[in-house]
Amino acid sequence: MARAEAPEDPTASAEAAAIVDVPPEIVAQSLGEWFRAWLTRLRAGESGVLPVVLGLVIISIVFTAISPVFLSAGNLVNLFQQSAVFMVLAMAEIFVLLLGEIDLATGYTAGVGGVIAVQLVQPVTTKWPWWGAILAALLVCALIGLIQGTLITRLRLSSLIVTLAFSLVLSGVMLILLGLGPFSGYPGLLGQSPNIVALHKLMWGTIDPTLSWIGMVVLVLIVGGILWWSDSRRRRSGLVAPPASLTILKIALIAVVSVVVVAICNINRAATGTLAGVPWVIPIVLAVLAVWMMLVQRTRFGRYIYAIGGNPEAARRAGVNLAWIRTWCFVLCAFTAGIGGLLYASYLGGMSNNFNGGQIVLYAIAAAVIGGTSLFGGRGKMLHGVLGGLVIGGIYNGLYLLAIDVQWQFIVTGFVLLVAVTIDALSRRSATSGSAARV
Amino acid sequence: MAQVTKDSPAAAGPLLALRGIEKHFGPVQALYNVDLDLPAGQATALVGDNGAGKSVLTKCIAGIYQVDHGQFLWEGRPVQVHSPRDAARLGIETVYQDLALADNLDIVQNMFLGRERLRNGLLNEDDMERAAAQTLSNLRVTTVRSIRQPVASLSGGQRQSVAVAKAVMWNSKLVMLDEPTAALGVVQTKMVLDLVRRLRDRGLAVMMISHNLNDVFEVADRVAVMYLGRLVVQDRASAFDRQSVVEYMTTGTSGRVAGDGKEKHGPS
Repeated sequence: MARAEAPEDPTASAEAAAIVDVPPEIVAQSLGEWFRAWLTRLRAGESGVLPVVLGLVIISIVFTAISPVFLSAGNLVNLFQQSAVFMVLAMAEIFVLLLGEIDLATGYTAGVGGVIAVQLVQPVTTKWPWWGAILAALLVCALIGLIQGTLITRLRLSSLIVTLAFSLVLSGVMLILLGLGPFSGYPGLLGQSPNIVALHKLMWGTIDPTLSWIGMVVLVLIVGGILWWSDSRRRRSGLVAPPASLTILKIALIAVVSVVVVAICNINRAATGTLAGVPWVIPIVLAVLAVWMMLVQRTRFGRYIYAIGGNPEAARRAGVNLAWIRTWCFVLCAFTAGIGGLLYASYLGGMSNNFNGGQIVLYAIAAAVIGGTSLFGGRGKMLHGVLGGLVIGGIYNGLYLLAIDVQWQFIVTGFVLLVAVTIDALSRRSATSGSAARV
Repeated sequence: MAQVTKDSPAAAGPLLALRGIEKHFGPVQALYNVDLDLPAGQATALVGDNGAGKSVLTKCIAGIYQVDHGQFLWEGRPVQVHSPRDAARLGIETVYQDLALADNLDIVQNMFLGRERLRNGLLNEDDMERAAAQTLSNLRVTTVRSIRQPVASLSGGQRQSVAVAKAVMWNSKLVMLDEPTAALGVVQTKMVLDLVRRLRDRGLAVMMISHNLNDVFEVADRVAVMYLGRLVVQDRASAFDRQSVVEYMTTGTSGRVAGDGKEKHGPS
């Protein structure tokens, strides 16, 4: 390992242990070194995103072996769409998980948001424009978050209990809202009204295949350009930066994944006629990811979230307003859950009493934790929600594909959550025993 | 030692002079009429048995507690310290025993916690990293592998160094260290004591609370002893020996006269 300065510390064993502690991208000067450092960390139990990738591979192999339909273009796009709900809800959950808190009401907050939007655009009753309905739904969700956050931070109640209570309350509220209006059954999103169509298209609208390619190329160029520009600027000014070859590898990976996703989406997936192109939901999820990544990793607010999750006392002494940041995290969590609720409503073409917010929130937490976010606070990234959401989406999709009964779905959900929590606790234990923690 | 300032603190006057500080919590009097001088360019060790009032006095200076009576003279001018922000504005920084570092954040992020630099509303990481690297190299804290490694991966001495570097980043003039070597091994202790010397040599006033008389005599220019809420003696370190310090700490007075003892305040 290259070292900028010769260590004065003669404790060689401590130095050897430190190699494990330091993220490889920090000290490596070349790709080879980076790879060796990564292997060292891996052997020491610091797995990073490896569990997610492994999870995806295992899921693909198992479900493909049982049902060849799993890897068909139609099902993969469907899988993206189902995963989108989990991805967004997991990103919502990450806001509070980073603080070391939990929000068990995320599922039913999403449910209430979805029902409000669906109800408001109904042409026989309220006739709201689609954007007004979306705005109203998200505002109500944010308000739910504000109430929960205020109770938790001002009255110092346990977030576990407060959000559990809200989960019950909101499931009732959702049923009341569902029952409003002169509908036989429940209000849906099937119909010709432009406002209904707009909501329905959140999930089911597709971008023209040619336009999909152009958009993808532009996006990859922008993201790659920003990555390359900032990394090379840091290298030039002698700051800590990954080697150029690693930056290129990252950009190449992004490009390959983008090409594969667009290629799959552009295969005609309709039984009769033509249905091809990237569904709207992919750019929607990417936009949520980009904005929240920016907020969490590049702003003062985000830095304080991590600080509170890592050491609340240190944050307090640094002058951080803990109650304010915590409350806002619950607001942002509920707001993002609202986006997830809209996507869910769009996916199912309406909302019904089948919406199981209690199960969905557990999937969301499992997605965040499988992605690499810790339940103990201070460790995690928005990207983890997206990666973990893909794993959970894969399981959910596979179980439906195999027409597994609902009782087995519950059991599988439970086990997935157990596995995720175990991975988190084990990685945390190996981290503290080696006095290390990943950010 | 060709340090002229060291033996003539009265020439410029102390950076911070406390006069007649009293503090009580309800019926319990924690500090009685404390006079303490903290001159620039010198390390003052504040010693005393448990419950002698060292921590209370430190927290009064840091603005966490407000004194009931008494005066703060900062560079000769009377000042009020009502909050940690007041203290920070004067240039007083405190490194508490728990260091107040967030383990999950890296060195740069910890050093700038609460005072992040922004560019267009976003964190200016490049600028902060450069400034942190500059401060660390000025203090010759060179054993860390990378300033982008999480603080959790640092040794005890390195963590202490980061906490001290965090404190001196802000053009502070007085740095108070609470038991900086309490949890450290021999090598790490030496590292931290070297750091204390470098702070002093850069002209800062350093106040170090310590139980460890080895450390005190190793690094301190001045020694102040507290006993049951009173500051019983303060003088140049050469005016004491271990025996006399222990006597002051345990009985509030000393039969031995090791130095000239010109500044001694015996308990009345």
